[in-house]
Amino acid sequence: MTFTQRHLLGIEPLHPAEITALLDRADHYAEAQRRGDRHGDALAGLTQVNMFFEASTRTQASFEIAGKRLGADVMNMAMQASSLKKGETLIDTALTLNAMRPDLLVVRHPHSGAVNLLAEKVNCAVLNAGDGRHEHPTQALLDALTIRQAKGRLHRLTVAICGDIAHSRVARSNLILLGKMENRVRLVGPPTLMPAQVGELGVEVTDDMAEGLRDADVVMMLRLQRERMDGAFIPSEREYYHRFGLDAEKLRAAKPDAIVMHPGPMNRGVEIDGTLADDINRSVIQKQVEMGVAVRMAAMDLLARNLRERVNGV
Amino acid sequence: MSTTLFTNVRLIDPVSGTDAPGELRIEDGRIAAPGPASEVVDCGGRCLAPGIVDVGVKVGEPGERHKESFRTAGRAAARGGVTTIVCRPDTIPVIDGPEMLEHVRARAAESVVRVRHMAALTKGRAGREMTEIGFLRDAGAVAFTDGTHVVEDTRVLSRCLTYARSLGALVVGHPQDPGLSRGACITSGKFASLRGLPGVAPLAERMGLERDLALVEATGVAYHLDQITCAASLPALVRARAAGLDVTAGISIHHLTLNVLDIADYRTFFKVTPPLRDEDDRVAMVAALAEGAIDVISSMHTPQDEESKRLPFEEAAPGAVGLETLLPAAMRLVHAGHLDLPSLWRALSTNPARRLGLEGGTLEVGAPADLVLFDPDAPFVLDRWTMASKSKNTPFDGARMEGRVIGTWVGGTRIFDRNNAHA
Repeated sequence: MTFTQRHLLGIEPLHPAEITALLDRADHYAEAQRRGDRHGDALAGLTQVNMFFEASTRTQASFEIAGKRLGADVMNMAMQASSLKKGETLIDTALTLNAMRPDLLVVRHPHSGAVNLLAEKVNCAVLNAGDGRHEHPTQALLDALTIRQAKGRLHRLTVAICGDIAHSRVARSNLILLGKMENRVRLVGPPTLMPAQVGELGVEVTDDMAEGLRDADVVMMLRLQRERMDGAFIPSEREYYHRFGLDAEKLRAAKPDAIVMHPGPMNRGVEIDGTLADDINRSVIQKQVEMGVAVRMAAMDLLARNLRERVNGV
Repeated sequence: MSTTLFTNVRLIDPVSGTDAPGELRIEDGRIAAPGPASEVVDCGGRCLAPGIVDVGVKVGEPGERHKESFRTAGRAAARGGVTTIVCRPDTIPVIDGPEMLEHVRARAAESVVRVRHMAALTKGRAGREMTEIGFLRDAGAVAFTDGTHVVEDTRVLSRCLTYARSLGALVVGHPQDPGLSRGACITSGKFASLRGLPGVAPLAERMGLERDLALVEATGVAYHLDQITCAASLPALVRARAAGLDVTAGISIHHLTLNVLDIADYRTFFKVTPPLRDEDDRVAMVAALAEGAIDVISSMHTPQDEESKRLPFEEAAPGAVGLETLLPAAMRLVHAGHLDLPSLWRALSTNPARRLGLEGGTLEVGAPADLVLFDPDAPFVLDRWTMASKSKNTPFDGARMEGRVIGTWVGGTRIFDRNNAHA
């Protein structure tokens, strides 16, 4: 067994071999789903709880479907509406839930590090479904799987990640993963949306789309949150689209077979041209969603194996 | 007439800068000339120095006595060799009027160490209306500060400083640009970017400092910076002092001994205000201290209960307790060869006492017998649950430290004896 983690809290703690093991397993599930062989029993008898302290439709649905396809009992807890409103702390919520003995806990939280904190207090396997601006590991893994399937490899590729890097956990997890797998990563965006000293993380940084996309194999667009106008990060949506929005013209700087990715949900006409997003020859956005289920099945499968080994002392 | 003679002792006198074997005699609570004594304390060659004067201690009275009371803060101070604590006014409610100050002064009688109080500079620390600086001074306030609440309105601050100047009152400022630091919980940089935490650049401290120093120059007020923590801030400080402004600067022991990487995986006990800096800044601050550009080391003792800290990093309350760990942590600077003991004691005792117009900080004849006896080399591993503070939020839990307080005296009375300590 190459994958030895107890939790999936981020990409940072993973060894490249563990990433490969996860992706190989996800390939297996993606293939099985394509064949119509959708149901497995890897999580049979296990309880999966989805705790989302921040609204999410796509990620929560993806985790729920992944769990159900592997036979887990899945429960969704909408945490915004529940105990936090009553003043319960995150740790008390975790301890309460822990006492109900779930096996897999999928957590999204608006604060960086909150999922790490919670993982220290529970016995089950914890999956980070996004914490603040920190990490969103399953998104990076599904992006990696999509890239590997489209390009036939996950190394020595040039990947441009474009847009609001500073507020993006997707960007963080992706740049860490792509760096671990020995790819060339470029971050493209206005300097106001770039994290401090991010250049020291082994990536190239530019505020010029033409330069950033030059000879890229993969162009990954990020969602621009509309509230960014308030903090004087950018002047307007239309200027942002003009300088940083991806359209066919800007994409010409990339390799002719470059693929276009977006973690969703998209703002058409803000960070990406709608027609380009729907272009099945360039855009792999729907494929990313499909791979999301496979990657989450793989992650929960491998974590459940480690969990059983730990419990049974095998 | 009670007299005590400390024999077989290594005397650390920060005023004369000496560190030498000798004897010290105290009489009726004050340091006295050599002579006969009714009691003799054999110190076994350990160090005897003036007690620490700790500026900027938060006691939870009023409002948060569950975090720290005057009684527990006093016990923690005694165990740490601190003989005078100078309390912050950022309590609930704020100490911003003479009646409130009289109340806390009465409560402070429960402390075994000396307690002095700072009062707020503006009412409610809200940065709008000036407090009754005159009445508060008459009621015993030794300095005026809004703590980490920076007075944003420069006109208000300018008037407060002008008025304080007319009374000869000391103002303690917190250099920080409020706009740049809003919402931040960590120093910006590579580590903050990796952890996905909102950061503030060291630039914010320098900008706050430059503004404050311009007003100090215009008003002529006596001004003490509570904490200067970045290399980028030092040129402005050095310039101001060269120009003859009445400015002194302090730093917390945490910024001298820890850096931003200590936060590791979101360890909230390392969340302090201002946030821990890069190692380069820490090293620059140690050098500035050794050169005398920084005058005062404080613990910035800020008790927080477990509930306030067991939260996601951004939501967790800032601050760390430090009364009991100030001396052993500061000894790291001596053991690393950055400072000698008399220089360290100038920053821990002499300078803060002088700046606030307090007695103490010296071994001269006639000074109060506020003393700490410590073993500079005694090693130990800190267990936070053994501390006397009600709150246990120390960043040094489990840390290996060298330097331990053996005994503490206030006004000639022994208030701590490690060999007979029950805790």
